[in-house]
Amino acid sequence: MSKKRKKELEEKPYHKPLVKRRKPNRSIAGDIALYFFLVLVALIMVFPIVYAVSSALKPLDELFMFPPRIFPRNPTINNFTDLFVTLGKSWVTFSRYLFNTVFMTAVGTAGHLIIASMGAFVLAKYDFPGGKAFFKIVTLAMMFTGYVTAIPNYMIINKLGWIDTYWAIIIPAFASPMGLFLMKQFMEGLPTSLIEAAKIDGANEWKVFFQIVMPNVKPAWMTLIIFSVQGLWNNRASTFIYSEEKKTLVFALGQISLGGIARTGQAAAVLVVVMIVPIIIFIFSESQILETMASSGLKD
Amino acid sequence: MKEKQDGYLKKYFQLRKHNAQVAWKKMKVSKNCYIFLAPYAILFTMFFVFPVVASIYFSFTYYNILEPPRFIGLNNYISLLLEDDIFLIGIKNTLIIAVVTGPLGYIMSFLFAWLINELPRWVRSVAVVVFYAPSIAGNCYVIFSVFFRGDAYGWVNSMLMNLGIIDNPILWFTNPKYMLPVCMLVILWMSLGTGFLSFVAGLQGVDRSMYEAGYMDGIKNRWQELWFITLPSMKPMLMFGAVMTITQSFNVCDVTMQLCGYPSTDYAARTIVTHLFDYGFSRFEMGYACAIATILFLMMLIVNNAIQSLLRRVGT
Repeated sequence: MSKKRKKELEEKPYHKPLVKRRKPNRSIAGDIALYFFLVLVALIMVFPIVYAVSSALKPLDELFMFPPRIFPRNPTINNFTDLFVTLGKSWVTFSRYLFNTVFMTAVGTAGHLIIASMGAFVLAKYDFPGGKAFFKIVTLAMMFTGYVTAIPNYMIINKLGWIDTYWAIIIPAFASPMGLFLMKQFMEGLPTSLIEAAKIDGANEWKVFFQIVMPNVKPAWMTLIIFSVQGLWNNRASTFIYSEEKKTLVFALGQISLGGIARTGQAAAVLVVVMIVPIIIFIFSESQILETMASSGLKD
Repeated sequence: MKEKQDGYLKKYFQLRKHNAQVAWKKMKVSKNCYIFLAPYAILFTMFFVFPVVASIYFSFTYYNILEPPRFIGLNNYISLLLEDDIFLIGIKNTLIIAVVTGPLGYIMSFLFAWLINELPRWVRSVAVVVFYAPSIAGNCYVIFSVFFRGDAYGWVNSMLMNLGIIDNPILWFTNPKYMLPVCMLVILWMSLGTGFLSFVAGLQGVDRSMYEAGYMDGIKNRWQELWFITLPSMKPMLMFGAVMTITQSFNVCDVTMQLCGYPSTDYAARTIVTHLFDYGFSRFEMGYACAIATILFLMMLIVNNAIQSLLRRVGT
């Protein structure tokens, strides 16, 4: 061995192989074909989204250009500023719509997180009569979307006198079955000994829950939050809320995009504003979400 | 003989009583559990369980919100299934959409999750975002109405006309012949949803040593590996993904309503949920709408049970 090589080895006794060891039963041709296929599909998947973003950045003359271009020649943020102007002129200000949506999303998500985690904790870690049956019903309930239950829901909320208040949106969001399901499945992975040790040290159930369990299931928090935010942020709430000053941002934005040809640019900007929030939250919490989803399986 | 029977009955009731006592004691011991579960359970019952029960009850009545519900037996169902042609179109369309987009979307979710599984870590996380983005992008799908615009300036029309495949622009969202296929395309674009995430995560969790044991036992290519090792160890995720897919594919209405209009030409894009919307929130025939909801719910339950029992056989 040459001196140089020896010195190198002393400095870096372990170096990562440049090419990772491949699985023995894979063919190179197959790999290349698959990569090619994946890239192609990925392009198809992002194309509409990229196009939506780029049309939001196009000035009016380019929006109607034919043949259309994928990327704007002179990108501008006029569409977004126009959006503020249009909303500024309406008698309910833009900030009010924004507040409504943010308020509903934040309160609904926070309440959902606490209430669903409490339920999930006992369902996952204790065996009590009715627990299993209850969880079965919850998993079944993941199949109902809002549409199946929309009409009786309206009647209940009407009876409670919550029509035209924020609560009509917030309180039902607390009980979303998806959150409880994911949380319970994730909590089952927590070692029971952890809880028992805390109990021996004299902690009661509340202490165990808030100081031991909750800090340990942080990845699941993020997942609950994204699913809940996604639902609430896109909620038009038009069946429950009638007063203009309580309407959601998505609803107001939807009204703008109905404004016809002249508002085409603003409509594109609206699409971007609405979709960007869930996507950004997802990007930042992806690894935690995947960690949670690993325990999402339905056992029989 | 009589005495013997009585004895059995007595024994049976004794056992029952004993079980109940044990359960009662257990419930007392786990009082705290109920306290923890109570907030969720109450809200869940109020907004998810009770509505379903109420919906089944109202489906046997005539109810228009103004007058109190009047019991009319099975009449709603009878007129739904025998007289309401538009509902039958709705059922047909929903089934077509579900049969095409359900399995395809499910397979796509798994296929892409599986393909990106072996990519390096950072490429994989980018790929997950790219594939998952359409389903969280809110109503970004309305951008498809630009691509499929009905005049010669729509992307697809102009492309097809340049290639000489068609002479006149196709009214994609107005012509009943093309509505459903285009909508299904859009639905497929959005079909990599929660199930996809579950698959991606599940694939990461498959025990590596299983694969190594597989090489020893002579698993030749990736397809054999998929069928004999990966799929069986993913069964719980596959079940979860199935539930999600069924929900999605039976509740189609946003896409068709936004793209094809509401109501659409000749009701060609009507689905069960659109019909429910029509009767529930436009005509206020709540009883009738509840009957529609009940039928939809029953259909989903049946399909779900069938799929679950099918999935139990995977990899065996």
